[in-house]
Amino acid sequence: MELNQVIDILNAKVVAGNASNFSVEKGFCSDLMSDVLTVDTDKMLLITGMSNLQTIRTSEMADIHCIALVRNKKATIEMKGLAMELGITLIETSFSMYRAVGELYASGLQPVY
Amino acid sequence: MINLKYTIEGGNFTNAGFASSQVKKTLKQLNVSTKLIKNVVVALYEAEVNIVAHANKGEIDVSISPEEVKMILTDQGKGIKDIDQAMTVGYSTASQKVRAMGFGAGMGLPNIKKNVDLLTIESNVGIGTTLTMIKKLI
Repeated sequence: MELNQVIDILNAKVVAGNASNFSVEKGFCSDLMSDVLTVDTDKMLLITGMSNLQTIRTSEMADIHCIALVRNKKATIEMKGLAMELGITLIETSFSMYRAVGELYASGLQPVY
Repeated sequence: MINLKYTIEGGNFTNAGFASSQVKKTLKQLNVSTKLIKNVVVALYEAEVNIVAHANKGEIDVSISPEEVKMILTDQGKGIKDIDQAMTVGYSTASQKVRAMGFGAGMGLPNIKKNVDLLTIESNVGIGTTLTMIKKLI
């Protein structure tokens, strides 16, 4: 799924990085960073309500290039800076995690397992 | 052989992951495969976060040879009372502050074990813990 489509579905806005020519194949949602670190999947969208610097660091280690922050969580300036430095695209949506995941699944974004 | 050394400050979640990030950059420059880099840095990052979450301070020593990455993490802190229990998925003694950062779910040590070829843990209660991890590159 093209990232621009994800942004449309979630009524999200890009707050760091680039959304064009960027696609994701699978989605995974968790607020637990250790959970995220157990997943071994490429081209994955991380959907999370955990908004702090470790969300970006976890994504760096797990080779995740796009994070959707749900529940109207806002990325800090430090998070945006680190995401830009690491080439991670950060989007924000006011949707709850349940709604965000439901809409993406219904639109064809596959689960990791 | 490349040797990297980092000092880790207990409780400082702002800098947590910096050492792992630097190691990732170095492994990329050495053209190590993406899969192996991920194994190394996921294990190292979990262990680095453990120092920040549980210890007063610590040191990370990483030696990279063509054959393997050896990581020794030594901390000064409360230590681990029961290592077998600490290795159990879901067991954690993490504080509320650590849990609020998205960690402390009792998955760190099992996840480290899954990602490396060798993991040894030595700990003395009230003194500290030393983790030795080896990931083979060939």
